[in-house]
Amino acid sequence: MKKIMIMLFISLVGFAAQAQEKKNKNAKHTVEVKGNCEMCKKRIEKAAFSVPGVKSANWDIGDKQLHLILNEEKTSDEEVQKAIAKVGHDTEKVKATNEDYEKLHTCCAYERN
Amino acid sequence: MQKQFILLLCLIVSATSFSQELKGKITEASATGQPIIGASVQWLDTQIGTTTDENGNFSISYKPEFTKLVISYVGFTTDTITVSSSNFINHVLVQNNDLEEVTISKERKSLQKSYMKTANVTTMSSKELLKAACCNLAESFETNPSIDVNFSDALTGTKQIKMLGLTSPYLVITEENLPSVRGASQAYGLSFTPGTWVESIQITKGAGSVVNGFESISGQINTELIKPVNDIPFFLNAYGSTDSRFELNTHFNKKVSDKWSTSLFLHGNARLGKNDMNDDGFLDNPLSKQINVLNRWQYTDMEKGWVSFLNFRYMNDEKQTGELDFDKNRDKFTTNYWGSEIKTQRYDVSAKLGYVFPDMPYQSIGFQTAFNGHDQESYFGLNKYDINQKSFYSNLIFNSIINNTLNKFATGLNFTYDKYDEFVGVPNISRDFNRIDNSVGAFFEYTYDNTTNFSLVAGARVDNHNRLGTFITPRIHARYNPWEKAVLRASAGRGKRSANIFAENQQLFASSRVFDILNTGGKIYGLDAEIAWNYGVSFMQGFTLFNRPAEVTFDFYRTDFQNQAVVDLYASPQQALFYNLDGKSFANSLQLDFNYELATHFNLRTAYKFYEIETDYLSGSAQRPLQAKHRFFGNLEYETHITDKGQQWKFDFTYNWLGKQQLPNTASNPTSDRLPDYSPSFSLMNAQITRTFSSTFEVYVGGENIGNYKQDKAILGSDNPFGPNFDSSIIYAPIFGQMYYAGLRFKIK
Repeated sequence: MKKIMIMLFISLVGFAAQAQEKKNKNAKHTVEVKGNCEMCKKRIEKAAFSVPGVKSANWDIGDKQLHLILNEEKTSDEEVQKAIAKVGHDTEKVKATNEDYEKLHTCCAYERN
Repeated sequence: MQKQFILLLCLIVSATSFSQELKGKITEASATGQPIIGASVQWLDTQIGTTTDENGNFSISYKPEFTKLVISYVGFTTDTITVSSSNFINHVLVQNNDLEEVTISKERKSLQKSYMKTANVTTMSSKELLKAACCNLAESFETNPSIDVNFSDALTGTKQIKMLGLTSPYLVITEENLPSVRGASQAYGLSFTPGTWVESIQITKGAGSVVNGFESISGQINTELIKPVNDIPFFLNAYGSTDSRFELNTHFNKKVSDKWSTSLFLHGNARLGKNDMNDDGFLDNPLSKQINVLNRWQYTDMEKGWVSFLNFRYMNDEKQTGELDFDKNRDKFTTNYWGSEIKTQRYDVSAKLGYVFPDMPYQSIGFQTAFNGHDQESYFGLNKYDINQKSFYSNLIFNSIINNTLNKFATGLNFTYDKYDEFVGVPNISRDFNRIDNSVGAFFEYTYDNTTNFSLVAGARVDNHNRLGTFITPRIHARYNPWEKAVLRASAGRGKRSANIFAENQQLFASSRVFDILNTGGKIYGLDAEIAWNYGVSFMQGFTLFNRPAEVTFDFYRTDFQNQAVVDLYASPQQALFYNLDGKSFANSLQLDFNYELATHFNLRTAYKFYEIETDYLSGSAQRPLQAKHRFFGNLEYETHITDKGQQWKFDFTYNWLGKQQLPNTASNPTSDRLPDYSPSFSLMNAQITRTFSSTFEVYVGGENIGNYKQDKAILGSDNPFGPNFDSSIIYAPIFGQMYYAGLRFKIK
């Protein structure tokens, strides 16, 4: 039984290691996204997850950084930024339209520059 | 070495080591962005907190396992922010007005129910455990309404627990997710974990997760012990009480290197004096001695993603009870005086190894394994009971995602081996019951979480067990937040287990009952495995009442047994019958909770519980004996502000009311040894005062059962313990009256 487990473990690790070699499938990106609060966080992350190829999205309220892990074969951080801008949040490369910004809840009305 | 690591894999990555500072600034959401002075900044579920200075700046110690920072200030909405690094934080607090957002918690509560978790989980912090008089896991649930603590029977002095009206064998009790109290240790196992070792306890109501096996029916209790990485260098706790029980706990911790840390926990307890408050000639609680030693090692390498735990543990417990004049050397196995001894030795070795893929923090693999030996030798008057269990358990889990982190899964394998050597010597059964159980199983559990208001955990496992056959165990949990501060949960699942009828009902050995197993066809003592379905719904709503937070919870759970190993005490006071369920057996449990902050640092917790636990016995359908249909629980806690020097007072008061309980049938006994059909209803009060002198030293005093309620007749036939009517197993209330205790805690940080 133990042997089987060791083998299974090794094969799983091997499998994972293989996956890691194709770096672009689990590429880490960090993007600054404007926002204020927990509501913004949910909206931003939801928008990021709506883009196929995004595996993980975590926006930090403290430093306003969106930490992404995405499959570069399917998408790019720019695609994600577009999706986020569309729900009203300015990102590094893509700004939200005034119209989308106005739709935000008052608490999410971050300062624009 | 490499190979060893592979063998010693683990699960939980609670990682890590060096203490860092997290700095930040809190400002208000206005055009000027004024700094907020005196805002509270605290790590969620910890005692670590600070306030901002005149420039709105703060600095708080940081460890990677702290991820939720709660920022609050009067007149502003409390924010709980996720922190993933120690980078400087600029946070804007918004003034209270029409906010839709859910605020999680302003003040850390010692008993916490989440609005976001899928399963119905209550987390008890170590602070909550301190409210119990004493001293081990079995006794730590007295301030928690979800778990009912029964009264220790005269014999073992051990408190049994119930959840959803079902006794602990129907719960899965784990220690850091490794099964801990099962099989031979079912009766006393909870008393083998000293309370000071515990970091937190998670109580899950309902079906539970498939990852932890197929046995859980009414819920799961998981205990997390103090992690060597977070432990303090030295801790001392001493306790003494008027029922002449003494406990001593010392903890030592050393950070061996930046990757290795170790803790050594030493526990000893003893009850030295003989107590007989009800003058029936029998001890009210056993004379006892316990030594319990645990050494843990933790290895953490954050950069490479490895975490590992190694535990070594040894426990020796001895109890003696019975008549006051019983002398074990002189009277053992004679009819001079009735006496009993229970000697238990136990050793545990366990290891965990966990690996998180550095590039994919959502993907991990864990392996856990445990080996333990449990040996109990005991006699109860002329009855003899020995049980030896050797167990091996291992579990391999792989966690990852499907597409993205909204869709997670866990899959893996477990293997369980149990070898039981059991000897039962009672009037009509005198033989060995030896058996070997083993099972291998595979599970898959899928979790969907839309990160806002809905989540679902659906799992199934397939097991092959040499006695239970091959079977599927499905379980599902769902959570929905319909509106602000509200959560609706539902769960359903199946559980299956083999009942260790003797180990689980040891109190019956201390009676003149004749044991009879009526079935012969089954594979476990002639009985078939127990199978039950559990369904539950729960609704929780938080709201504000007179400007202070309040919370109501409604829980309803039903357990339906398809098969059960019925323990029948209704047939005759001289018999204990065991047989497979023929007909219906169910347990309905309803719980209503109302929690309210009466004033700052002054909290009220109340609960009403209704149980309907009915089984078709041979003599007809009846309520499970010794179970109150109605119960009421209340707890008040008050704390003063902590002064600059760390001084504080804490006050705690618990009230329990138990309605009448149906008692086993004693109608055919002579009048003097007869009990009514129902016990009277009664109430119990406990209180505790803690004085903290500094962050390193505190003393506490308290009283249990202050109203001094005692069961009228604790032992039937006590004047003739070798006669036909002797029975010390019918305990519905405390035997020992009021009890007072005092203790101290000292830390070196």
